[in-house]
Amino acid sequence: MADRHRLTIHSIDPDPRAAAILDGIAHLGLEPVGQVVVADVVFIDGDLHTDDQHRLHGVLVDPLLQRGSWAAPTSCAVEITPLPGVTDANAHAVVHTAAVLDIPIRGAATGVRIEFPDEPPTGAIAAAVDRLVANDVIERWDHGTVDPLALRPPSDAVGGAEIVAVRSLNDADLAELNTERGLSLDPEELTTIRSHYAQLGRDPTDVELETLAQTWSEHCAHKTFRARIVVTAGPDDQVGATREPMLAQLRQSTEALDAPFVVSSFVGNAGVIEFDPGTTLAVKAETHNHPSAVEPFGGANTGVGGVIRDVLGIAHRPIAVTDILCFGPAELPLDALPAGTLHPRRIRAGVIDGIADYGNKIGLPTVAGAILYDERYTANPLVFAGCIGAAPTRPLHDGPFPDDRVVVLGGATGRDGIRGATFSSATMDATTGDVAGASVQIGDPITEKLLIDALVGAEHLYSAITDCGAGGLSSAVGEMAEGVGADVELDDVPRKYPGLAPWEVWLSEAQERMVVAVPADHLDELRARCARVGVDVADIGQFTGDGTLIVRSGGVVVADLDTHFLHDGRPQREMEAELPDPDRSASKRRTVDDPLDALRRLLQHPNIASKAATIHRYDHEIGGATVVRPLVGAASDAPADGVVLAPIDATAGVAIGIGVNPWYGLHDPESMALAVVDEAIRNVVAVGADPDKVALLDNFSWGDPRRPSTLGELVAAVDGCCTAAHMYRAPFVSGKDSLNNEYMGADGERHSVPPTLVITAIAHVPDADHCITPDLVGAGNVLMMVGSTEPEFAGSHLDLVLGEPDAVGVTPAPDPDAPNTYRKLHAAMRAGLVESCHDVSEGGAAVALAEMCIGGRLGASIDKLPGDDTVTALFAESIGRLIVEVEPRRVAAFMRVMDDGAQRIGVVTDRLDLQLPSLPPVPVSSLVDWFQHDPDSMDAT
Amino acid sequence: MSRIAAVVLAGPGTNRDRDVAAALELAGADPTIALTRDVLDDRSLLSRAQLAVVAGGFSHADALGAGRMMALDLAAVGDELRSFVEQGKPVIGICNGFQVLTRARLLPGALGHNAQGEFDCRWVVLDPIVASQCVWTDGLTQPIHCPIAHGEGRYVHPDPDSLAAAGQVALRYRSTNPNGSVADIAGVCDHSGVVLGLMPHPENHIVARQHPHHRRGGGGPEHLGLRIFERGVHHAKSR
Repeated sequence: MADRHRLTIHSIDPDPRAAAILDGIAHLGLEPVGQVVVADVVFIDGDLHTDDQHRLHGVLVDPLLQRGSWAAPTSCAVEITPLPGVTDANAHAVVHTAAVLDIPIRGAATGVRIEFPDEPPTGAIAAAVDRLVANDVIERWDHGTVDPLALRPPSDAVGGAEIVAVRSLNDADLAELNTERGLSLDPEELTTIRSHYAQLGRDPTDVELETLAQTWSEHCAHKTFRARIVVTAGPDDQVGATREPMLAQLRQSTEALDAPFVVSSFVGNAGVIEFDPGTTLAVKAETHNHPSAVEPFGGANTGVGGVIRDVLGIAHRPIAVTDILCFGPAELPLDALPAGTLHPRRIRAGVIDGIADYGNKIGLPTVAGAILYDERYTANPLVFAGCIGAAPTRPLHDGPFPDDRVVVLGGATGRDGIRGATFSSATMDATTGDVAGASVQIGDPITEKLLIDALVGAEHLYSAITDCGAGGLSSAVGEMAEGVGADVELDDVPRKYPGLAPWEVWLSEAQERMVVAVPADHLDELRARCARVGVDVADIGQFTGDGTLIVRSGGVVVADLDTHFLHDGRPQREMEAELPDPDRSASKRRTVDDPLDALRRLLQHPNIASKAATIHRYDHEIGGATVVRPLVGAASDAPADGVVLAPIDATAGVAIGIGVNPWYGLHDPESMALAVVDEAIRNVVAVGADPDKVALLDNFSWGDPRRPSTLGELVAAVDGCCTAAHMYRAPFVSGKDSLNNEYMGADGERHSVPPTLVITAIAHVPDADHCITPDLVGAGNVLMMVGSTEPEFAGSHLDLVLGEPDAVGVTPAPDPDAPNTYRKLHAAMRAGLVESCHDVSEGGAAVALAEMCIGGRLGASIDKLPGDDTVTALFAESIGRLIVEVEPRRVAAFMRVMDDGAQRIGVVTDRLDLQLPSLPPVPVSSLVDWFQHDPDSMDAT
Repeated sequence: MSRIAAVVLAGPGTNRDRDVAAALELAGADPTIALTRDVLDDRSLLSRAQLAVVAGGFSHADALGAGRMMALDLAAVGDELRSFVEQGKPVIGICNGFQVLTRARLLPGALGHNAQGEFDCRWVVLDPIVASQCVWTDGLTQPIHCPIAHGEGRYVHPDPDSLAAAGQVALRYRSTNPNGSVADIAGVCDHSGVVLGLMPHPENHIVARQHPHHRRGGGGPEHLGLRIFERGVHHAKSR
């Protein structure tokens, strides 16, 4: 009787994973490998009798779908298994199955077997597996058969904390220590730590040093956004000025607006707003860029998980998630791929799988989003994940209080995700994937779903709550203990496996954990709730009241930190900014030889073309609250402006809109900020939201801010955000910055992402029964345009498809009339005067009209578009514009409500073509074909 | 007539339990969401109910195949479930619940990976089959509109004709078969007609404005997914 067994499971019908591998080989131009067959493998360590095997086979193999065999296969194949310590949910299920069947086993693992019946050369197999399937950051693979159970995580006992002698180090040695331990601290911060410990008369432990590095990381401390900035170049009147820290600037703009619906902004895990008395909404958007670059599935997966925990961490039930993704070009040739990076196609497939996996499994609709492509995102893809939650209005938790217990809920702790906060604050290079392995986690959406089940309705049982994200317990407990102090015992933290050093337990970013402060007399009730749904509870210590953070391991103190020094001891960064000084005086027109061809190329551009293949991968229906979906219209295939969620028993709803345009940012970051705030707000107004009840989230993904020109662009964008918030009276309630999105090429060149600002608008929809969408509704209806059109082409999509001229002119300028126009348009919508409505953005009026025709499967006859010349009229991207469909009998009323601030441009027709000035009529079927033409569709990935 | 007691069975990772409960409320039932371990602790949760739903989601994360682990859990109350069905009390398994009921052998066939290989969320149109003996679709004459949201929804059965001849095919996809199901089968019932399994989500079309073409005049009361729940409640009341 052998102690090691393996069950190989083949699908009877072709396994779709095999087709995906073959497609990938074809797309990347790899050496062909002939046929591919994919199978699953279950590895079991235990003394199985034949009868045991038979019963396990009965549960693990469905005879209508699969064939299973306990014999070791000998065909030409590779086998891939997760590295020890990486989450393997299937292995847990095997252990559970054996337990239910009462079959004693010692352990289980699972893997994937890829068979190559045509026995291609080993090199061809290795290339396909490396490029397309296995990721050595989380997996290992080998030719033939493998035995993952032979490789277990090291289980040697590890001693206590180590003392790191910093007092004796000179500045150079400190810098070396900084690199060696991956601390990502500034030189001033290192010397501050050295003097602090010199004053204390001792050296720090590794636990203390790592805690300081996490807490003071860019990721956690936002040191650039809190920095004192001196302007060293830029417009004359600003040079030499010292500026307010950017975070303070954003906060002050929100305070100055004093919007009645803002409950909490820029504190805690998420912003909180109350549009309808009795219900508050928590809103947050996060980035997960570096992890998604090295392990796209896990990075995006845990990005979604993290932002959902942010909302849970402010005592709200998560109700929807959003995602904005930026990738390199899908058709990038392999030889143009920077060393050590994954191909954009693979990153995209992994990221989208990761988002779909987490959102679909946890049971939240993935609603609003965008996908952008640019070469500058090749080595640095961006993944923005947002979450919105709802709760009955109640006071925010104001603990913890002395004597409350420090309680960790959720998954066990392993060596996963260690030093994520410092990793995300560093520049990446060719070796990043190798050294960052430990920074990446695989999410477990079901465990997080159980956390939601346990915590929603338990709000009376705790005095404070936060999620365990970057920095793990060090940052969660460290933040909660600020000013209060805590005393915790690491031995009480549940482990996935033995052998973890104290600092590893303290810093691990093992996912799906929350920390709550629980008054001792509520602990039993919380334990009972958690036991029912299957959430583990660990009581690891208490909040003390003395302002000191004590961490113990086996009773021995491994950290003794003054929380005042931990949170306020960091020297304020001083930074230099060279502000951009764009020439906004000279607009430049464009000439286009073949406007019809330009329209075709715009509709086919991957930024504009249909995202249906991706959107259908996400469940956008769960919860039953989705009223306006990301795809709308007669054939449900046209893009919506914003999405609307409304519970089935409520009249009012909430709209979510996104604004993002890095191409404007390359020319004029301040104007970009104004433009994307406008776009986000316009998107929610277009679906029926009230422009006077809009809250905003900012997410900045930028290059290295220590370069003054990069910081200057950031400063300009923050200025634009504040101006826009004031102009639209729309307060920012939360935000997040992700800086250092740079890749150091083998050539020593730094490659930065373009300035990428994502604005999320969350707005009140007073009447969710009558939302508006962009699909044309009725032939004979009149089309009107609001807003003014100027020859503003810098950063336009027309330039992206036709090439940028030397003199680019200007990006779209802010429209001071826009806020009032939106108020009037909203009044017209409330009065029932609007049939459909679409914002005019990338690709201009021509693209907007094409999308409206696609949505309605109706034609439009356009007599005159505003704009001084044809190209401007068709393709300029001036902001503040919307196209509105109005019934003929309501045109007079519409014009009255709009104060005549709208221009008639044409009519809806049933001729099924789009007639634009200076263009031959375009059949709607052609528009549909162009829009859906996707040379690198996800279906083919 | 008073509301009937309904139980919504949920495992770890079930996520449309609240959506189903809302549908049952509107259909005239009084739903309780019960975890499988609740039922193990208190088996009367099942016996007291007049109607049961195994709700959709990703129980046990679909580990080792959708529905497999929760079917294993439910095996512990297998006798109670069989007795429930033998008494003629209606049971419906939706999406993951359908997968669970096939794995638990309460429904024929199996559900494999979608033919196109990926999770898919879109609205579909379902034709109730008049010849079916299913109590959940009995009397429905108009197509039901509702979304699908699944990755493993391809219905597999070695002999779909005999299934149809036995009146066990309750719903078929109209025009678009989204997952490659054999003979366009979207829902099947057991030989008694009281247990229905279907992949689409009728619980996500219970009020008019949920319909994607609501603004364009699409949908309509006769196409609500709610109608299926109303038929089930009606049957439970009239037993």
